[in-house]
Amino acid sequence: MSIFVNENTKVIYQGLTGSQGSYYGRLNAEYGTQVVAGTHPKKAGADVDGVPIYANVADAVGATGATASCIFVPAPGVKGAVMEAAEGGVEFIVAITEGVPAQDEAYFFNDLARNYPDVQLLGPNCPGIISPGKCNIGITAGHIAKAGGPVGIVSRSGTLTYQALYELKQKDIGVTTCVGIGGDPVPGTSFIDCLEAFEADPETLAVMMIGEIGGSAEEEAAEFIRDHMSKPVASYIAGVTAPPGKKMGHAGAIVSGGKGTAAAKMEALEAAGVLVGNNPTEAGELMAGIVASL
Amino acid sequence: MDLFEHQGKEFFAGYGMPVSDGEAVFSVDEAVAAAERLGTPVMVKAQVHAGGRGKAGGVKFAADLDAVREHAGNIFGLDIKGHVVERIWVEKASDIAEEYYASFTLDRAAKKHLGMLSKEGGIEIETVAEENPDAIAKVWVDPVDGLTEEACRAWVAAANLPAAAVEGSVEILQKLYTAYTEGDADMVEINPLILTPEGTVHVLDAKVTLDGNSEFRHPEYAQYDKTQPRDEREQSAHDKGLQYVGLDGSVGVIANGAGLAMSTVDVVNQVGGKSANFLDIGGGANADVMAGALEVINNDPAVKAIFINIFGGITRGEEVANGIIEAMARVEIDSPIVIRLDGTNADQGRAILEPNLSDKLMMEPTMLEAARRAVELAS
Repeated sequence: MSIFVNENTKVIYQGLTGSQGSYYGRLNAEYGTQVVAGTHPKKAGADVDGVPIYANVADAVGATGATASCIFVPAPGVKGAVMEAAEGGVEFIVAITEGVPAQDEAYFFNDLARNYPDVQLLGPNCPGIISPGKCNIGITAGHIAKAGGPVGIVSRSGTLTYQALYELKQKDIGVTTCVGIGGDPVPGTSFIDCLEAFEADPETLAVMMIGEIGGSAEEEAAEFIRDHMSKPVASYIAGVTAPPGKKMGHAGAIVSGGKGTAAAKMEALEAAGVLVGNNPTEAGELMAGIVASL
Repeated sequence: MDLFEHQGKEFFAGYGMPVSDGEAVFSVDEAVAAAERLGTPVMVKAQVHAGGRGKAGGVKFAADLDAVREHAGNIFGLDIKGHVVERIWVEKASDIAEEYYASFTLDRAAKKHLGMLSKEGGIEIETVAEENPDAIAKVWVDPVDGLTEEACRAWVAAANLPAAAVEGSVEILQKLYTAYTEGDADMVEINPLILTPEGTVHVLDAKVTLDGNSEFRHPEYAQYDKTQPRDEREQSAHDKGLQYVGLDGSVGVIANGAGLAMSTVDVVNQVGGKSANFLDIGGGANADVMAGALEVINNDPAVKAIFINIFGGITRGEEVANGIIEAMARVEIDSPIVIRLDGTNADQGRAILEPNLSDKLMMEPTMLEAARRAVELAS
């Protein structure tokens, strides 16, 4: 089984007519994802590689029965696109776009939580979600992941997610679902949302969690793992040597006021029984050890 | 993006908050002329992106023009936590009865805005939080609701501000919230917010961090961007649109993706070296981007070896390899380069690099081995 998406998930691409949207929309469709529609306010009736374009998400949902949406529109339009998707009736929204203002993210996170509590938002600024062999929504290269299981992956970083998928594939370990939650200050889906779903998924037997400096999401995840998870977790935290006060590429990756350091996160995870690697390779090896002992 | 105090006050004034008249100056003579126009007494305040200015001797009261000349002379060139003072803000001095603290920032765990207000102003809030946490009144604001007047009044009441300060504070705090949200700030702080002997509430200091992602709807950010403290390397990378942070080691780092770049810096450290920088070239590692990145790293005299760490996801290995070779043809590189190339079409990429390998361009199969080689070459 997979979490959040599966082989039957029908997906609308908001921004399918743009260069990024059309490129990844095509790759996702080639992977086997059910790419059923695109949206553009002025291009209803047109198509992209045979995928019909509708004026908005509500029309696309009405015509196709899609339950998920993937957002590729430029940053200034993301707030509107997220709310359009929720109002349009999808249950799962993946926002790939990076560079979204933090004030917008804080606003639509709370707007969704209050007015659309059943809608799950992933991102923004994330690589998306892949359930290998079934569904790939976003920018992850599908062929670097081995289908099956028993490992679920959740990560705050795009390239480190790929690295994790690749290392597991090299070791012939399959993945049920890999979720990139993104490196922004207000991610729609948290580590805990994913850990909870993996814990409930019978085919996921172990979880790999990749974090980075900034905020307290890893510490909160450690608490959840300690109290609520029976499945083993291996982890890696990037940014051990990051200097305080400097944003390391991601808007959320900053050590400020002595908080959010990698050391504190690793300590919290280890105290919760998580095996923590000092680099991605070591974390991959720890996971291989876990899988061998299952 | 951090603002100088005087820029922060200008930002606040744009939202109708009461700040003091003043002028930003760049020389002692300008400081004296500004004080003459404003009328003494004035405050002479160092403008740096660092706290603790007062303790470092960067904030002085000047009763007359002679004192302005003396203090400005001392403050220009002062080193405050590694920041050398190049600009001074001269502002009309205010009479102070009481000092408070007020701020807004995002509480990432609660996913709400967090306002903090304290009667204990004028000192660092971290100190108050440690020694007297009850003296900080907190309010969590749902962005959909905004800060209502009712919530603001309850917050001010919880902070136990004296009756004389209540109305003025409520008005300023609501404007501060508007400046924070509509101005797209990551953080706004007033320390101190003062009550004057005449009973008015006034903004005496301003600390503002703006969200660079919001530049598209704030043309005014361009002027603040120009005054960001960047060393030569950081400025050059910034001009090329690269995500770069200067560090103080000798291994130049280039990686694709913020997480992998951070991880690369860490691994260099783990094998006994130190990175000269963090540099994320993003997903599309084409020749232009790679040449720009190599140029920035090559211009850093501290760099003794370069570690290029690429994991191809959508980016294909052969494109990365061609990009590196083309970039090396365009930029004369002084230090040896160690490459680790993995992921999509890595075999094809390695095959392209293979015939070009030399003591200037080396390849290692894994991140750890490449880091070891780069550190060895740098020492």
